Amino acid sequence: MQSYRIGTVSEFEEGTKKVFNLGETEVGVFRLGEKFYAWNNICPHQGGPVCQGRLYPRVHENLDENKHSHGRLYDENNINIVCPWHGLEFDVRTGKHPGNEEIALDPLPVQIEGGEIYVIVGE
Amino acid sequence: MDALIKPAIEHPVQELDTRTDTRDYLAHARNDAEKKGFADWLIVDIDAHHVESVSWAEITSYIEDPVVRHQAEMYQSERVGAPPYGLNGDLGLRYQDVGGRIPHQSSQREVVEEKDVHRDVVLTRRAMHGLAVDYMVIFPTPMLFLGMHPQTDMEVFLSRAYNRWLTERVLPGDPGMVTLVVLPFNTPDEALKMVEEFADVPNVIGFCVTSTRYKPVHSNEYMKLYRAIEESGKPIAFHAGYHWQDPSLATCNTFLGMHSLGFAWCNIVHMTNWILNGIPERFPKLKSMWVESGLSWIPFLMQRLDDQYLMRQSEAPLLRRMPSEYMSDNCFYSCQPMEQSNMKALECTFEMINAKDQLLFSSDWPHFDFDTPSVIYDLPFLDEQSKRNILGLNAAKLFNLNTNGPK
Repeated sequence: MQSYRIGTVSEFEEGTKKVFNLGETEVGVFRLGEKFYAWNNICPHQGGPVCQGRLYPRVHENLDENKHSHGRLYDENNINIVCPWHGLEFDVRTGKHPGNEEIALDPLPVQIEGGEIYVIVGE
Repeated sequence: MDALIKPAIEHPVQELDTRTDTRDYLAHARNDAEKKGFADWLIVDIDAHHVESVSWAEITSYIEDPVVRHQAEMYQSERVGAPPYGLNGDLGLRYQDVGGRIPHQSSQREVVEEKDVHRDVVLTRRAMHGLAVDYMVIFPTPMLFLGMHPQTDMEVFLSRAYNRWLTERVLPGDPGMVTLVVLPFNTPDEALKMVEEFADVPNVIGFCVTSTRYKPVHSNEYMKLYRAIEESGKPIAFHAGYHWQDPSLATCNTFLGMHSLGFAWCNIVHMTNWILNGIPERFPKLKSMWVESGLSWIPFLMQRLDDQYLMRQSEAPLLRRMPSEYMSDNCFYSCQPMEQSNMKALECTFEMINAKDQLLFSSDWPHFDFDTPSVIYDLPFLDEQSKRNILGLNAAKLFNLNTNGPK
């Protein structure tokens, strides 16, 4: 088990991410609100560099009470990281694919102490 | 905690975009290849692409008809806001990048400083390095729609210009880059001339028909062409594509639905006609290859044709075996995009298509549904020899390639 100092909380703007090399492990660190999340930079689909992709809000179908569709909408409260190799999306908070929760990112523990962010590898 | 804490190092490439170097884009594939020892494996990628329209002014300068060539020059020097001269296709309906989610599908604007070879050679070399590929078959991209061109002459002009440009300007840049000559299939006599002209050109390892077209492959007018290809000893490939304007696919409101069906549908139709009209019986040494439709359509069609054939044998009197036997023994398939959501079904598919001898690895790089060699290497039900066959040795045998890689 190895702890890495990622930086300070103030260095991360809300809704942003950074990718780090922590020894041999590539890790994406994300800030949503006051919470931080760390995910292994390996997509469970084909091993792509998922955390080096773009952030997109989750998409919902806009249905009315009669089940008529009125197109699609972005849900700004649910942000996905998108693997740039093949487009698989994962909820930044849960690491799960929105269409199949069995497909999920590999999490790493994050600790905040005194405004400093730490990620632990090899736990 | 302090004694154990190490500083983190920011990754030099924070986000992949349309300007990212291909080597950075495929760094994970490269690392994977090194861990798996792919340097000791022959890997042949029988379907990758370049975007020929980026070089369209170069290509159209090879058009042999002087009037059409001049029209192309004037169009490209003066026309504003138009697609490349003479190309038909889907204009703005190219949603492959899923709204920017998959940047490498949209563009490869990376820096290329090398000047000794064509830019496409540099990009292809970078992809070959990333995917640990020894030979890469280069296909065009927008020209895959040429089979639907309203001017059959233009299919002839453009495919001939492209073939000449590719073999004269691009392929000499790297011995690992090879191609299947694009045939103007809607004009059979011109397709035949193309075979005669290019069969012995270096780095030409076969011939390609773009599958999105409505010409029946069993028409008598193609028999001279098939004879010539059979005699060349090189295969004929049917490269799938989509055609959203096809009346049945026009009911699909998503690229997802249209693309899922379209890339299989054209090859399903052509394969049905190919088999039921006995082309493998008429030309037993002609090797056909079916490209970029994935694999799941094959067991479906095998079962469907076998079932119907037994009841209506008189409509296919040339056949001496079940349709599925021709499909497993006479036809080759590229694997991409390999459907993997049901591993039992995939294993059954491999058995049905005799994959250890008939299946060929393809990446389709740089398209959104590309596969890396690991999709074959990681399969739990294959032995090592089968993996080596599929990743390279089957292709080496089919295309007569050096099993030690290009010299």
